[in-house]
Amino acid sequence: MSRTARVKSTTAPVRVHGCVPAAAAAATAVLSVRYGTMGTTMSLFRDDGIVLRTQKIGEADRIITFLTRQHGKVRAVARGVRRTKSKFGARLEPFSHVDIQFFSRGSELVGRTLPLCTQVETIAPYGARIVDDYTRYTAGTAMLETAERFAENEGQPAVQQYLLLVGGLRTLADGTHQSHLVLDAFLLRSLAVNGYGASFTDCARCGLPGPNRFFSLQAGGVLCGDCRVPGSAVPSPETLVLLGALLSGDWQTADACEPRYWREGSGLVAAYLQWHLERGIRSMRYVEK
Amino acid sequence: MYEGVVQDLIDELGRLPGVGPKSAQRIAFHILQADPVDVRRLAFALQQVKEKVRFCSVCGNVAESEQCRVCLDPRRDLAVICVVEESKDVVAIERTREFRGRYHVLGGAISPIEGVGPDDLRIRELMTRLADGTVTELILATDPNLEGEATATYLARLCKPMGLKVTRLASGLPVGGDLEYADEVTLGRAFEGRRLLDV
Repeated sequence: MSRTARVKSTTAPVRVHGCVPAAAAAATAVLSVRYGTMGTTMSLFRDDGIVLRTQKIGEADRIITFLTRQHGKVRAVARGVRRTKSKFGARLEPFSHVDIQFFSRGSELVGRTLPLCTQVETIAPYGARIVDDYTRYTAGTAMLETAERFAENEGQPAVQQYLLLVGGLRTLADGTHQSHLVLDAFLLRSLAVNGYGASFTDCARCGLPGPNRFFSLQAGGVLCGDCRVPGSAVPSPETLVLLGALLSGDWQTADACEPRYWREGSGLVAAYLQWHLERGIRSMRYVEK
Repeated sequence: MYEGVVQDLIDELGRLPGVGPKSAQRIAFHILQADPVDVRRLAFALQQVKEKVRFCSVCGNVAESEQCRVCLDPRRDLAVICVVEESKDVVAIERTREFRGRYHVLGGAISPIEGVGPDDLRIRELMTRLADGTVTELILATDPNLEGEATATYLARLCKPMGLKVTRLASGLPVGGDLEYADEVTLGRAFEGRRLLDV
């Protein structure tokens, strides 16, 4: 797919929206053309993103929800992708990392009507390797749903969340670490990039250097004996070490941890996530551990 | 807004999947202008489908009696079960005239993001059918998309201890297409599932 897009109807001057170097990062709006007597604008946008979810519409179409690098969450219509002879249906499956060209009726990608997916190229098809293992698949869907929830405002860039998801899916697909550990690491880091980072060593209230024993969801992490609040949990020190390792990316420590600490840590992460998101993540119920 | 029964008809038609308000209006006016005999036949068919059609107690396919046509057919091979997502898939496979075994309709595919887990499908019923040892092969014919693949992976894992032969429908290039237009995922699958030409 070439970086410069063509639009058929060109009765008026062509405006180039943004001129972004042809790097791995995809461009923003490539071209927008005003046409006809009503002065309607059509725009082509180019971005790369992860397919979060697909919904069937009509006979053979789908609405695809992407988390894109430049535009955050984007919902777009992919026509005819459910037909077996579709040219890019297979590329628009959840977990796929793709380079997409959108066609939008307006100067913005996210407007009153949904844009269309006109071209799709695969960057990395993580889906095939994730779906081969059911445990990995359930962890992956929880990651997709969490990413969608954090990037709720369509069209608002969420670059850190996007990069985190790409990295998370790559790690999950590689299968080098236990899938539930990858999920917990992704959840903790998603919370952190969205401003809900938990502290697992220093006291979340007074900053007393750790290790501290008491864990409180409301306080945002561990608390010292002086700051502890009623109802604080007292997880094992190894669990707190594991959670700290997952947050910082210390995989050596995380992989060496015993299963009972994984389970305790997963419970704390799920509760902490639900506390901040207010509504639970539906696919978390199905995650196999 | 139209008056009384015309608007009621438009509203009811508009509740059907894929029918918007404009289409509902068009269908309603077509019915108004149609021959009364045709309309009565349509009404009768709608009534009959709700009264007579139920789900087969064995496979979950649509049936007009306790069991569906396929399950009642004595010429069918009892040793093979083909697992599909919907009754529509049974019709699609029957059109091929290749399969002589029986079916099992799951009623969907596992999709955690939509809140559909293994317990929401007819997996328990499938396990009951497999328990008596008559079945020797299970063909997983779920859709070739991510949810279908995940469902197939789950079922394959579940059936592994039973010592059954579990197979998955091949996926690859569509017949009548050009290789150069195939996407890399489909082409990759076609390579993976290539077969020996024994001529």
